[in-house]
Amino acid sequence: MTAAAGGATFSWNLWSDLSQMLSYQFMRNAFLSAAIVSVVAGVVGYNVVLRRTAFAAHALSHVGFAGAAGAVVLGINPVWGLLAFCLGGALVMGSLGQHLRDRDTVIGIVLAFMLGLGVLFISLYNGFSTEAYSILFGEILGISPSDLVVTAAVGAVAVVSMAAMYRPLLFASVDEEVAVARRVPARLLSIAFLLTLALAVAVAVQVVGVLLIFALLVTPAAVAERLTVRPGSAMAVAVGLALACSWLGLAIGYYFAYPVSFFITSLAFLAYALARLATGQGIGGRRRRLTVES
Amino acid sequence: MSPTLHSGRPAVCAHDLAAGYGDRPVWSGATFDIERGSFVAVLGPNGSGKSTLLRQLLGLLTPLAGRLEVLGEPPRRGNPSIGYVPQARTLDPQIAFRGIDLVRLGLDGHRFGFRAPWQPRARQDQALRQAVEAVGAASYANRKLGAMSGGERQRLLLAQALVGEPELLLLDEPLASLDVANQAAMVELISTVAAERRLTVLLVAHDLNPLRTVIDLVCYVANGRIAFGPPDQVVTSAVLSDLYGAPVEVLVDSRGRRFVVGIEEETAHPHQPSPGTRP
Repeated sequence: MTAAAGGATFSWNLWSDLSQMLSYQFMRNAFLSAAIVSVVAGVVGYNVVLRRTAFAAHALSHVGFAGAAGAVVLGINPVWGLLAFCLGGALVMGSLGQHLRDRDTVIGIVLAFMLGLGVLFISLYNGFSTEAYSILFGEILGISPSDLVVTAAVGAVAVVSMAAMYRPLLFASVDEEVAVARRVPARLLSIAFLLTLALAVAVAVQVVGVLLIFALLVTPAAVAERLTVRPGSAMAVAVGLALACSWLGLAIGYYFAYPVSFFITSLAFLAYALARLATGQGIGGRRRRLTVES
Repeated sequence: MSPTLHSGRPAVCAHDLAAGYGDRPVWSGATFDIERGSFVAVLGPNGSGKSTLLRQLLGLLTPLAGRLEVLGEPPRRGNPSIGYVPQARTLDPQIAFRGIDLVRLGLDGHRFGFRAPWQPRARQDQALRQAVEAVGAASYANRKLGAMSGGERQRLLLAQALVGEPELLLLDEPLASLDVANQAAMVELISTVAAERRLTVLLVAHDLNPLRTVIDLVCYVANGRIAFGPPDQVVTSAVLSDLYGAPVEVLVDSRGRRFVVGIEEETAHPHQPSPGTRP
């Protein structure tokens, strides 16, 4: 979890610091996978915030936890378990329907069950504490070259699918009734988006872990939403911010013996707090969403 | 606004039309023609099936019985010749989205993919500007929807419906939750835009009076039936009493305003929730 390059010291000569950092294979893998995950998380995250499906993202990561733990028990790469369970979870959530009143309750119930299942799988596996720890909190420094290939492939699918459904998804998110009247397949798009979200969650879990997934998937997009209202720019800002947090977090983690996930999440939180202060809303809490009379 | 100015088939033809969900009719036996260029107020109590009529015209709901033609063809979902503004409450007022982007969705939001920065945009931008200017929203279209008043948002929704240059405009309660002054301004705006663009308008409302100077026809939905015709022939004691099957009195004041008395809305027409609309 911490940079294993013991004895690395910061020299203020940024160029030599960087080249020293990048001389390690695991650091190169970490920077690359962080970059891929940031692009995916920024693009998908904007839509998570716009569609207000943060809870679904949260739940999917917990479903992924059970999958990853199950894969460890079976002796296969956890990323496959993550992908399988996240995609399955997305299909189930999509079939619940968008406006089902007790949808959040159902998601919460399944989430709790999946966490329980994950705990069982972890206990079935002997070396459970390290595996559990890395699934829950991420293990970016342990990304192997084959993990990187999977991350790149999954990330590419996610980005291409977001690009393909960009406009109709935006339409359905903002103004569903008119979108449906204009022949936008809102229901299908909702499922397609959840599946894409599942891919994003699966790759992001590798970097920040199940419990810290919001730091990349929601926080940068929430900051972007405050800084700009243009959808395209908001996505670009979210990607840039996710990239800045994860790369900077990695670089700091290289010199300090604390978890990289801690630095990434702290930077994301800092960015959010600054954005709140800068947009003049302080820490006191945003006004509640207006409930318009019916 | 004279219906005879416009040639071709009527904008809407309904013959013995019945609407409902499942096999339970909401209303039936509706026969009427709406000539092109007419301004129609769709009136009636809550849950009587006013929005149901719009959903049929939009092709979102298949008629239970009878025949329906919209702009000379059977209703079909996604017909670009129809502009639609649903009830305002379906839009999240706190959403971080600009007015102009909302209008843009009316132009190309149904297309898959994204508009790349290198694609030509002059024509699109011109259509957007025209629609925004037509509703008088140029000064605030670049603001967030959340930072606008209800009336401003309503104007941008109207611009979104207009941007695709429709022939038929369906407005579901555009006056709800507006104050009296804003209601009058909105009615004036819709009527001006409709006249300039020779649009046929169906406007769902609760009250005839804010609309009485601009409308040509009334489509009164109540008690499972529809009465159709000029307002002074439909909103009368005789027609409404017959429609409701109970004594209803229409009072006309010195300014020509009509008041319907004698109907207990909720007891006469228990609200029928329709699938697909949010609670």
